[in-house]
Amino acid sequence: MVRAEKVHKSFGHVEVLRGIDLEVAPREVMCVIGPSGSGKSTFLRCINHLEKIDAGRLWVDGRLVGYREKGDKLHELRDKEVSAQRRDIGMVFQRFNLFPHMTALENVIEAPTRVKGMGKQEARERGAELLTRVGLGDRIQNYPNQLSGGQQQRVAIARALAMEPKLMLFDEPTSALDPELVGEVLDVMRGLAETGMTMVVVTHEMGFAREVGDTLVFMDDGLVVEAGDPRQVLTDPQHQRTQAFLSKVL
Amino acid sequence: MAAETTTRPAPPEQIRAVPVRHPGRWIGTAVIAVLAAMFVHMLVTNAAFQWAFMFDNMFTPPVLRGAQTTLIMTVLAMVIGVLLGIVFAVMRLSPNPVLSGAAWVYVWFFRAIPRYVLLFFFANLGALYGTYELGIPFDHQLMGLLGLSGDLRFLGLNGNQIFAGFTAGLLGLALSEGAYMAEIVRAGMQSVDPGQTEAASALGMSRGATLRRIVLPQAMRVIVPPTGNETIAMLKDTSLLIAVPVTSELNFQLHAIGSRTFQIIPLAVASILWYLALASLLMIGQYFVERRFSRGVGSRETRAQRAERQARTVGGTH
Repeated sequence: MVRAEKVHKSFGHVEVLRGIDLEVAPREVMCVIGPSGSGKSTFLRCINHLEKIDAGRLWVDGRLVGYREKGDKLHELRDKEVSAQRRDIGMVFQRFNLFPHMTALENVIEAPTRVKGMGKQEARERGAELLTRVGLGDRIQNYPNQLSGGQQQRVAIARALAMEPKLMLFDEPTSALDPELVGEVLDVMRGLAETGMTMVVVTHEMGFAREVGDTLVFMDDGLVVEAGDPRQVLTDPQHQRTQAFLSKVL
Repeated sequence: MAAETTTRPAPPEQIRAVPVRHPGRWIGTAVIAVLAAMFVHMLVTNAAFQWAFMFDNMFTPPVLRGAQTTLIMTVLAMVIGVLLGIVFAVMRLSPNPVLSGAAWVYVWFFRAIPRYVLLFFFANLGALYGTYELGIPFDHQLMGLLGLSGDLRFLGLNGNQIFAGFTAGLLGLALSEGAYMAEIVRAGMQSVDPGQTEAASALGMSRGATLRRIVLPQAMRVIVPPTGNETIAMLKDTSLLIAVPVTSELNFQLHAIGSRTFQIIPLAVASILWYLALASLLMIGQYFVERRFSRGVGSRETRAQRAERQARTVGGTH
């Protein structure tokens, strides 16, 4: 579903990604851990072209992200084409980024109606269904600031799902939440994984990674240090840096 | 709640302290009261105000038409100004340096020129060119290159006719307002969290849709209050149309009556009262517009929303 080959990314002189090679299979749940500044969020944002990569290749669903290959030259995709690619990739942000001037339901139906041209009535019904699925069937008319952090993040997940993505990206979805609200969001994500959704989750929740993840990737300093079965990596890390990191967070 | 109060120990005796005295406040109140009384006394006793004469002349048909012109001019100048402001703010924030630079020059120029000077200039544009035409740029040179003669112009307007009165005034005020609004709109757009644009992009929304549906509605909360001030300032600045002149405008009419009858003060006071009334009208409008655009900000669940939610929960859909 996702294939990365030697992906590099710099911000000015700082090289954030220094050659990432990864592959995410369909229906796989990949959790990415690592210290802050290791490039894990940047990598996630490269997958849906919120950040342009400087070198290497990145494919989603067999298609190059952000570029078209013609002969031996890469052509940048037009804004329209990039938008079309992003429709198949849902993203959930650390800070939710719900649209504050819209109700929960309006947040969820905005993209389906505007981008996909779905009818208002159909979108509303499906939106209410999605919100019920994340446990917010009674909150559809509330504005984001009337909801708790956990509820907001669940609306954000429903909003991403409304576009029927093939791949879901989660950028530290529980890091901005009060501890007692983390569980409800993780429950929704666990449910989503059970439906067979392909997911890439940047997280600090080792418990979630262990139970739900198919693969665990440890990133440090712009490189993938270690990747493998979560239980294996968490209990018996091979690399010294992984060991040092895990000894601090576990 | 009731159960709690029975178990809680009785509160201690209420404090009944002697409050601090504020003699300064009382002196201030007295001074203001005396000044207010003096002011009212002056209004009533000074015959030069000619209240009866003023009221007789304040609502004559030409003055009412003048008020109408002033309001129409204010609204049109603001509408065009806001639209120009949005266009130039978007240009200013464009990554393209030519667009951004052009917007900067526009704002720089029209903010630097006093409106009175600008209005006078526009009123006399008819002296710069006799006719103003719409067509292909450099048409004479182009046709010369092709070995043809003639021109490529579709629409010609007489300069002295279009740059007179209302149109010249509207052009001057709207262009000047566009520069101020561009800065206000830019500040508003920059106040919106970049995460909003990111979220919209991630959902596959186009730049245009993101701007219209996500960024501008949120920017409005920051844009509306200063725009209200701009509208009130614009109402007052229509009195500058005397530089064109726009003879149908409110202040021109009242001023004319004053000059004709040699009753300067009563008509000047009439002007004050008219602008007070019209500005108050705009302030009421501003209140409602601001309320409309503060949706989802600092608002708790409304009573209707809560009732609806509870009704649905009881109904068992959840």
